[in-house]
Amino acid sequence: MDDFYRELIVEHYKNPAYKGNLDPNDYTYEDENPLCGDHIKIDLRVSSDNIITEALFSGHGCAISQASADLLMETIIGKPLDEVKKMTKETILDLLGIELGPVRLKCALLSLKVLKAGLYGIGNLEEELLEI
Amino acid sequence: MQLDFSKLRNDFPILNREIRPGTKLIYLDSTATAQKPQMVIDAMNQYYEMNNANIHRGIHQLAEEATAMYELAREKIAKFINARSSKEIIYTRNTTESINLVSQTWGRKNLNAGDLIILTEMEHHSNLVPWQLLADEKDLELDFIPVLETGELDLVAFDNLLNKKPKLVAFSHMSNVLGTINPAKEIILKAHEVGAVVLVDGAQSAPHFSVDVRDLDADFYAFSAHKMLGPTGIGVLYGKESLLQNMPPFLGGGDMIKKVMLRSFKPNDLPHKFEAGTPAIAEAVGFGAAIDYLSAIGMDKIAAHEKEITDYALAKLQTVDNLKIFCPKIPKRGGVISFEMGFIHPHDVAQVLDHYGIAVRAGHHCAMPLHEKFGIPATSRASFYLYNNKEEVDLLVIGLQHVNEMFG
Repeated sequence: MDDFYRELIVEHYKNPAYKGNLDPNDYTYEDENPLCGDHIKIDLRVSSDNIITEALFSGHGCAISQASADLLMETIIGKPLDEVKKMTKETILDLLGIELGPVRLKCALLSLKVLKAGLYGIGNLEEELLEI
Repeated sequence: MQLDFSKLRNDFPILNREIRPGTKLIYLDSTATAQKPQMVIDAMNQYYEMNNANIHRGIHQLAEEATAMYELAREKIAKFINARSSKEIIYTRNTTESINLVSQTWGRKNLNAGDLIILTEMEHHSNLVPWQLLADEKDLELDFIPVLETGELDLVAFDNLLNKKPKLVAFSHMSNVLGTINPAKEIILKAHEVGAVVLVDGAQSAPHFSVDVRDLDADFYAFSAHKMLGPTGIGVLYGKESLLQNMPPFLGGGDMIKKVMLRSFKPNDLPHKFEAGTPAIAEAVGFGAAIDYLSAIGMDKIAAHEKEITDYALAKLQTVDNLKIFCPKIPKRGGVISFEMGFIHPHDVAQVLDHYGIAVRAGHHCAMPLHEKFGIPATSRASFYLYNNKEEVDLLVIGLQHVNEMFG
């Protein structure tokens, strides 16, 4: 159990630091995983030189989906947009620090899917994110 | 004779398995699929070791043996649900295919634009989507018997729907989410009074209590082997012979024909008319063994055992903080309990329970419209069968208390 729900994950789930809405924003996007009802919306503010200055997520879902969203927001703030482009499944798994089966992987990757779809359009997503 | 259900557990090899070192399996997901007794596994192994051959029209010894075994299982199934004859037992892959068979053959032939099909709001997707497909194709109307807050069907609303003269009424005998056992006989009688044909989804009922298709007067009754201790890959469509006779074939191919010309064919007699291609022979043999196993215990005893466990679980689960049972007071319910735990997502509930070796299901259980009606995206579900016991319920309760500690 301790392996799966690391304290870090439960903590980010219970007390997310980056939960909320940004209005106005530069980018906003939302999506859901209909299978489990996880829903995530991400709002971003970006500086003129394309650095993410603020990022908040909202929505509901399981501990994995919500904690990964919170960790992802924490990670991208202060980074250039180009760096988000390079983020993959492994980025999220490294953040969570756990192994995930195929069903829970979808929970974990929902926030990255929403983020990338918001920035680059749903049509430009990698297959591993589109499958969610 | 008082049956010792605790001894019966030993018949199921998987129940002795450790999920992880030191953690025994507590299997509370029989509504999804049941575990298999050694007798079923052995029957299929023996068939492959001793009798394997393709059935029908074989002259050699093995082909005759395999055919006899395949047909013997059909007779056992006919007797199990009290069909008039084994001609009324069509082998399919599962309940889903059985329902699709009816929609694509009986439905296509007999339903026309504007005709009404009545379903219920508690249907599994397998008794919704086949009718949606047909309704799209033929411009049919669909209407639904509502589910009351209690978890029962609104039979007053059903009476009103019947005034619209439906051509077909299709409903599940027992809900896979709520556990509600619907008053099938009454629904069928009322539907017949207005001339509707009735299909019953028996996926959850046939495994858990005695079903008599003649007493019910069901026109079609569909169920799957794998939920009643048998293998996956085989199910049954029971249909009244008069209806089956007048239905066009479903899939085309070998075995479903009497004669084939280059441009036409003559269909085979019942039940083979609906069984194209090499069927699941070993699975039929396994299904027959599962029927033997269930019959030897007796469906009434199985139902009574499950009721005892379910009543115990309903009472115990109400002691868990933060836990809300989905329709706790259904008067007639089978061994299915779906529940929510406040804001804790069912996936997290199921994952923590899995850590203790407890297998429950989390999600919408293939009944999205029912969850939507009650405004719940997903639930956790514990379900019970003849091999479960009260100790397992106690361990479930402890597991759920851990869930609360972790996320509360």
